[in-house]
Amino acid sequence: MSEDNHELEHVAAEPIADPGLPEHLPRPTDVDPVMEKRAERQVATLFGLSSVFAILTCVAYFSLNIGGHPSVFLGMGASTVALGGCLGLALLAIGIGAIQWSRKLMSDHEIVEYRHPAASPQEDRDEAIAALEVGIAESGIGRRPLVRNSLLGAMATLGLPAIVFLRDLGPLPDNKLAHTVWAKGMQVVQDVDGAKIKPEDMEIGQLVNAEPEIFFATNSEGQPVIEGTALLQAKAKAAVILVRMHPDDIKALPDRRNWGIDGILCYSKICTHVGCPISLWEQQTHHLLCPCHQSTFDLADNGKVIFGPAGRHLPQLPITLDADGYIVAQSDFTEPVGPSYWERDRSNLT
Amino acid sequence: MRLFTRKISARLSARRRSRVAAPAVLIVALLATGGLVAVLSPASADKASSDAATIAKGRALFAVSCSSCHGSNAEGVTTERGNNYGPSLIGVGAAAVDFQVGTGRMPMAQPGAQAMQKAPVFNSDEIAALAAYVASLGPGPSIPTADQYDGSGVTNAQMVQGGEFFRTNCTACHNFAGSGGALPKGKYAPALKGVSSKHIFEAMLTGPQQMPVFSNGVLSPLDKKEIIAYLKTNESAPSYGGFTLGSIGPVSEGMFAWLVGIGSLVGAGIWITSGTSRKKKTTTKGADA
Repeated sequence: MSEDNHELEHVAAEPIADPGLPEHLPRPTDVDPVMEKRAERQVATLFGLSSVFAILTCVAYFSLNIGGHPSVFLGMGASTVALGGCLGLALLAIGIGAIQWSRKLMSDHEIVEYRHPAASPQEDRDEAIAALEVGIAESGIGRRPLVRNSLLGAMATLGLPAIVFLRDLGPLPDNKLAHTVWAKGMQVVQDVDGAKIKPEDMEIGQLVNAEPEIFFATNSEGQPVIEGTALLQAKAKAAVILVRMHPDDIKALPDRRNWGIDGILCYSKICTHVGCPISLWEQQTHHLLCPCHQSTFDLADNGKVIFGPAGRHLPQLPITLDADGYIVAQSDFTEPVGPSYWERDRSNLT
Repeated sequence: MRLFTRKISARLSARRRSRVAAPAVLIVALLATGGLVAVLSPASADKASSDAATIAKGRALFAVSCSSCHGSNAEGVTTERGNNYGPSLIGVGAAAVDFQVGTGRMPMAQPGAQAMQKAPVFNSDEIAALAAYVASLGPGPSIPTADQYDGSGVTNAQMVQGGEFFRTNCTACHNFAGSGGALPKGKYAPALKGVSSKHIFEAMLTGPQQMPVFSNGVLSPLDKKEIIAYLKTNESAPSYGGFTLGSIGPVSEGMFAWLVGIGSLVGAGIWITSGTSRKKKTTTKGADA
C-alpha cells in the first residue's frame, strides 16, 4: 500500500501533466464502405498471388532441369532463380496480405495494459515461508544430524556413476599430443602427390607444403599404411612446411645449427595458437602468417612469434639427407606441435 | 658513361639540352650497334646473330628503363641501409622478366609496398628482347612453352589433382576461389582470375615479390599445368549458387546479410508498426465501433 502511495506522489510531482491518449480517429476503411471493399480485394489479391507463385514453384521444379541453363539470369541458373524466386514470393505475398489485413480491416481499438509488480502479494509470500518452516520443523532435519549427513553423503555418491560413465566415453589422450608420426629417417615428401624432395630441387625462396612419407606408403597388400580417421588425426599433427632461405639470413639457435640443409628448414604447419594450418609465407621477409588470427612467425629466427596471439614459437623439425640424397627427418619434433594444453611443459614459452 | 653521353648530347644540341637526350642517344647508339651487327653478320649465322641482336636490343631497353633501380649491369642497387633498392637480376631467368614486364608490374610506376599490375609498357618483341638480355646474364628459368602451360588437354582426374595442389599450396594467400587476399603492410596476393596461363606458370616458377618459388623440381610442370587447368575451369564455370559477391568469403557475405538482409527486415518492421492513415475529426464518430 505504501508503495502505491509513493507512486502517486511521484506522478503528482511530474512537471508536465499526463496528456493521456490521443483522440481516436477512424480509418478510412472504418467509415467508407468503398474503401473497405477495396482493402478487402487487395488482401484477397495478395493471397491469390501467393497461390499462383506456389503453383509456379511446382511448375518450375518439373519443367526446368537443375543445373541446366546455368547462366540464363544474371549469370545464375534458371532452375535456381525460378524455384527460389517463386517460393519466396509465395511466402512474401501471404505475409504482406496478413499485415495489410490487420492494418486496414481488423478491429482498431487502442488497448492499455498497465504494468504490475512482478512479486507475489506479501500475504502469499508469508504463507509460503510459514509452510516451509513447518515442514523443516516436522521433518526434524535440524535435530537429527545423522539422517541429514547420510542424505548429503548419498547425494554426493550419486555423482560417482556419472563420472564413471563419462570416463568410459573414450580413452585418455595419454601423451599423443606430445608426439607425431615423424621418426628418424622418415622422408619429407610433397603433399598431394608424395613426391620425394632433394635439396637441389629447391631454390631460394621456395616453399613446399610437405607431409611424412608414411602417409603415402602402402603395405604388402597394396593398402595404405595409415588411412581413414587415423590418417586425418596423424595429418593434423604431422603436416610441415619446407622452406629455403639464403643461409646468411638464418639466425639459428646454437643447438639448431645442424637442423637444416644449406638454408632449407622444416617447420610444423600447425599454428601454436589454436592449430590452424599455416602456409602463408612471405619469401622476402621470411614471415609466416596465420590467416585465422594473424599470428606471425619468423622462420629465419627459429620460428619466433613476432606478432599476434600465438604464445609459443613454431616447432622446428630437424632434417638431414638419407643415403639417396632425399630430405629426411632426424627425429620426431622435439616438442609438442600445435596449441598449448594443460599438461604441456611450460618451460619454453617464447 | 653518363658523363660521356651527356657530353655527346651537349655537342649535338648545345642550346636544346633535353632530359631525354642522353638516353635517346644511348638507344640510338646501341640500336645502331645491334643493327650493324645484324646487318654485317654472315647470313649462315642467322640464328646466332639474331639472338645477339635481340640481346643487344634488350640491353638498350634495359639501360633506359630498368638500370636506374637494377644497376647498369643488372647487378642490383643497394640502399645505404643495406636493403635492395632494386634486386640483382643475374640468374632470375627469362621467365621472371616475361612475368614482371608482361603483366606491367615492371617497370614500376613508383616505389611502394608492392609493384602494381598495370598495362604493359613494352610490346611483346621488346619484352622478348629484355628477357633474352637478362637470360644472357646467368642461367635461370626460361619462358615456358605453350604445351607446358596450356591446360586444355588435361583429363578430369588430373584437374582434380590440380585442385588439391591449388588448395594445398595456393589458397593460403590467393583465397579458396583465387580471388586474392591481403598481406601485411600494404602488400597483397593478387586475384588469379583473368591472368593468362603463361603468367600463372611463370609466377609459380619464379616466385615474384613475396610469393614463394614452386620450382619444377618439386612441383613438376605437369602439376603446374593441372593447377592452371583447374583455375581456368573454375573461372569459366557458371555460379550455380547464385551471386558470388566476389568470392572473397565472409566479409562481403556478412556485409550483404547485415545491410540488405537485416536492413529489409528493419524496413518491414517499420512498415508493420507504422500508423495507418486516419480520417479527420469532421467524420461522424458513430461509424467506427
